[in-house]
Amino acid sequence: MSDANYQKIIRDGLWDNNPAIAQILGLCPLLAVTGTVINALGLGIATTLVLIGSNLTVSMIRNQVPNEIRIPVFVLVIAGFVTIIELLMHGFLYELYTVLGIFVPLIVTNCAIIGRAEAFASKNAIWPSLVDALSMGFGFTGVLIALGAMREILAQGTLFADASIMLGEWAGTITLIDNYDGFLLAALPPGAFIGLGLILALKNIIDDRMRHRVSQQITAIEQTG
Amino acid sequence: MTPRIVLRSGWLLGIFGAIVIALVSLAYQGTRAPIERSEYQALLKALNSVIPEKHYDNDLVNDSYPLKATEELGLKKDALLYRGRIGDTLTAVAFPVVAPDGYNGPIDMLMAVNLHGEILGVRVTSHNETPGLGDRIESRRSNWVDQFRGASLENPEPKRWAVKKDGGVFDQFTGATITPRIIVKAVHRAMLYVKSHPEVFFNE
Repeated sequence: MSDANYQKIIRDGLWDNNPAIAQILGLCPLLAVTGTVINALGLGIATTLVLIGSNLTVSMIRNQVPNEIRIPVFVLVIAGFVTIIELLMHGFLYELYTVLGIFVPLIVTNCAIIGRAEAFASKNAIWPSLVDALSMGFGFTGVLIALGAMREILAQGTLFADASIMLGEWAGTITLIDNYDGFLLAALPPGAFIGLGLILALKNIIDDRMRHRVSQQITAIEQTG
Repeated sequence: MTPRIVLRSGWLLGIFGAIVIALVSLAYQGTRAPIERSEYQALLKALNSVIPEKHYDNDLVNDSYPLKATEELGLKKDALLYRGRIGDTLTAVAFPVVAPDGYNGPIDMLMAVNLHGEILGVRVTSHNETPGLGDRIESRRSNWVDQFRGASLENPEPKRWAVKKDGGVFDQFTGATITPRIIVKAVHRAMLYVKSHPEVFFNE
């Protein structure tokens, strides 16, 4: 597949087939760690790194792995990458590692990752698989950040609280609303569900509008033509 | 599927397993030193938050002493007590305390006292209190927990070791009295235990 349609792969990952808001996969971490932007970003990057590693490896070995054992091999590859990422975070991003806790090892269970290995990387060459991993990873991270920002602003009136645990001492919190009393619901689990619901609704509205506009254009062309 | 294919798949799976194990082992070896360093730094940072640096000049993290699990400290498992010294003289000890009856599960704390039985610092290390209400016990959210600094069993007097609502000297939070109340109780209980067991805490 030398003529892979990169534009479509990127569009799929970021929007049309976004793991979080189109495939609705990986909801457990999505709902659990989006209390702040930094937590969301941390888990998003970790997930993206695993996706890149697993897509590249699966694509590289796709012709050597017989069909009967492909799923256990994919699981093995993903588990290996997750463990390596976990060790690296434990060593170099200790505070972020303690904040994300169990959700770092749980990246293994994110269906979006094995989904990409099975549906894309096992059928495509290395470059398209890398682009797919990057687009899907950024798509997932984008939704995590959007939900994280929504909840953090509503719950605490800040953005990038505790940025220093990931980016080092220079990074500071942006306080958007001073002396904000906080809106507790946004910080609690129900706030995550409601926030995700709103994001999904927004995506559907945008998709509807786009479809509507396309069909209008087609009618216009037909009439003038 | 013929036995031949089964055997071949089994071998392949075994080889892939071996490769992944090798890679993970490499990563483990490579990150062992950084992980130890981060754990050390994290523990030192936690201890420094309760024992200010001017109170010791020894290697605090490695000067520990086993602390048996006791109900007075709320500890379910044996833990470690850390000793701060200046030169050879013991100046302060830091130890974990658990308030088992938090609003939403146990509240883990770290506290330090000096030889005069005065509190040098108290920090909440982990808890499940309600975000936005009870979580003001965290030092990064408010300085509430700093009220304990300098307190001892005589200061405030015993019956004033309580939140203001109960006639004591410690602030509570609007909308959350239970959390401050049980922390005050746990700290007080720990202080009584320290006083009655100097051989455990101030054992040089």
